[in-house]
Amino acid sequence: MATVPGCFVVTPSDLSALFGILDELGYRTLGPTVRDGAIVIGEISGISDLPIGITDEQGPGRYRLRDGVAGAWFGFAVGPQSARAHLSPPERPLLEIRSRGPTLEFVEPEHHTERTALFGIRPCDLAAMEVQDRVLARGPHPDPRYVAARDTTLVVVVNCGVPADTCFCPSTRTGPRARSGFDLSVTEVVDQTDHYFVLEPGSEAGVEIVERLEHRPADRAEVNAALATTEAAVEAISRSLPEQLNGRLLAAADHSRWDEVAARCLSCGNCTMVCPTCFCSDVRDTTDLAGDTATRVQVWDSCFTLGHSHLHGGSVRADTRSRYRQWLTHKLDTWWDQFGQSGCVGCGRCITWCPPGIDLTVEAAAIVGGG
Amino acid sequence: MVARRRSIGDLLAGHPFFADLPDRDLELIAGCGRNEVFRPGQLLFREGDPADWFYVIRRGRIALGIGVPGREDLIIDTLGPGEVLGWSWLFPPHVWTMDARALDTVHAIALDGVCLRGKCDEDPVLGYSLARRFAGILSDRLAATRLRLLDVYRAQSRG
Amino acid sequence: MTPLPYRVTAKRRETPDTWTLDLEPVSEPIATPRPGQFTMLYAFGRGEIPISVSGLPGDGAPLRHTIRAVGNVSEALCDLAPGDGLGVRGPFGTCWGLDGAEGRDVVIMAGGIGLAPLRPAIEHVLVHRDSYGRFAVLVGCRTPGDLLYAGQLESWRGRFDVEVEVTVDSADPGWHGDVGVVTSLLPRIPVDPDNIAVMMCGPEVMMRFGARAMVERGVAEVDIEVSTERNMKCAIGHCGHCQLGPKFICADGPVFPLSQVGPLLAVRSL
Repeated sequence: MATVPGCFVVTPSDLSALFGILDELGYRTLGPTVRDGAIVIGEISGISDLPIGITDEQGPGRYRLRDGVAGAWFGFAVGPQSARAHLSPPERPLLEIRSRGPTLEFVEPEHHTERTALFGIRPCDLAAMEVQDRVLARGPHPDPRYVAARDTTLVVVVNCGVPADTCFCPSTRTGPRARSGFDLSVTEVVDQTDHYFVLEPGSEAGVEIVERLEHRPADRAEVNAALATTEAAVEAISRSLPEQLNGRLLAAADHSRWDEVAARCLSCGNCTMVCPTCFCSDVRDTTDLAGDTATRVQVWDSCFTLGHSHLHGGSVRADTRSRYRQWLTHKLDTWWDQFGQSGCVGCGRCITWCPPGIDLTVEAAAIVGGG
Repeated sequence: MVARRRSIGDLLAGHPFFADLPDRDLELIAGCGRNEVFRPGQLLFREGDPADWFYVIRRGRIALGIGVPGREDLIIDTLGPGEVLGWSWLFPPHVWTMDARALDTVHAIALDGVCLRGKCDEDPVLGYSLARRFAGILSDRLAATRLRLLDVYRAQSRG
Repeated sequence: MTPLPYRVTAKRRETPDTWTLDLEPVSEPIATPRPGQFTMLYAFGRGEIPISVSGLPGDGAPLRHTIRAVGNVSEALCDLAPGDGLGVRGPFGTCWGLDGAEGRDVVIMAGGIGLAPLRPAIEHVLVHRDSYGRFAVLVGCRTPGDLLYAGQLESWRGRFDVEVEVTVDSADPGWHGDVGVVTSLLPRIPVDPDNIAVMMCGPEVMMRFGARAMVERGVAEVDIEVSTERNMKCAIGHCGHCQLGPKFICADGPVFPLSQVGPLLAVRSL
């Protein structure tokens, strides 16, 4: 059978050499690993760090791990973490300020960006990186450290064959198959008889990695089998976000549904912490005991905190209703005005990790649907 | 007498408060009016005085104040050209609720409330027209008072 | 995100809780601000806040900021003495549409500390007086003691080519000026709706009422500019704090034509 240009087949035992290759190329590797009963993103030095044979059960306000298809490398969906923490750490020093007599001296802390391979990142999270790029890297004031981290990050994306109940990426057109933006894309094909990976390099670095791996050109049947896994994922996904939400949620700012959702929302901010596109940050200022050196540290913030909209004399968004409304209208509606796209990539984390299980697809549909 | 009345009618016709009032009504009202000039600092009336007059301000400004025991009087409003001072003449018990003092030389037309009340009772169309104009002033002043009630400057700052 | 070191060269008390600081760069200055823009001022160990520029540097004049001590950082800034150091980042944000207003009448309406970001605009119009039509400055504040730049207002009032009106919410009998809300000054000024530029800054409620009164007199919403306020932290559209619907106040504002933000200001708790 004819081979498909640009597509290669690698066996599981051969792909396990990837981590050594990445190390030789000077990358530390971050990827999926099990910790505290969840699949998180951690340092990966070999396949023993991966959640092989493990799957997750997700639903509104629910996340469990259990045994999945034996031997499958990627038989799970997204965990609570995305690439966001790697590119904009939850806490990072911004400045050291030294008091030299009456004059202040501002010193930016040295930081070296470690070349990092993000291994096993999902298409929705890759899309989220591109969403955050528009905020932090492509505006008039690029964040130099975000840009540096982004430029030194190699992306090995894994297309999704096993979506969670909370996924809805087909409706946001961000998955389950990545189209671009990766160095290397991986699709796992696993059934009773076969287990192999179809690799597609998306950059020169990706080509080099494939060259270093034991590989052979993929034939049409193997590529079709890979495509079938993501097509099956599309079929398996039942949730969807209404389209064309720009301009429609803010226009419904007085809808009674906001009151109903506010009665359930705990204003805990979990949705904003797990969201791969949320970018709000705050700054903390401290001084040392001697009082001649101060530091500024940037920390993640959430629009669900009272302090987020603080203005002398009080908060602009004092109640849960206005805070939930801010989150949802920004994410799905006004993000379009600001950045020309939606702020939602359909990963479903905010549904899974919401303690009362609020589902933004349901809320958005109710609000724009007039229900 | 005729010449003086005519001139008050003309002055009233040029005042925004009486804009678009028919000549016949203006003449009736002018019959109850007289020109007055107040020196800077001069008291027009005091809280509790009988409110037999109201004033159409032509020039100068008037301060409305309230006496507060233990502290200086508080000025709570100032009125100037184009404005009308006083509606207590229209409503029982026809007593002033504030002090009014000229801030500078004030030229005003004082209108006799007792005289006007009589004319309004006889001519309800004129009465309605005047009542509507005063209601407009009341509404504007109420809106301004509500705005001040918010004390918007207290918490306001740019940092 | 790194401020430039500045020092305080002079300090004036404007009202019981408001101070004007004159600043000079320790070495390199920030870019010259335009009227209406703001900077981020850093007080050692306390933090950073957005403060409107109330006096433009140049021709021997210092960079000026008028600060009301209402919070942790603003109190620390107001506590600085001449010689003390601070950090300045900026300038940021949009400016008053003074270029577009050339040839037209200009009405400036300020409430409370809202006069601070308008002062450079007033000074600009007065310096380029021939480029503008009639010019009116309407100022409101709480009491006569809360009036900013009283001396300067008085000297402007002495000019024949600008109408300056000041009103306070309440006063004792020593005050010879007007008492009433700032919107009550509007009927005094002539308004030609086809040839006017209105610039407003003050409490949001004041601007809503002021804007409504101008619109009632036929002024188009695009000809009314307002300066808005939110909790800016980064000033470069990254931190998400200053959002007003689709706008980032720090980058898209603070100065907006009413046509852009009028409906947003009307949404409660947005």
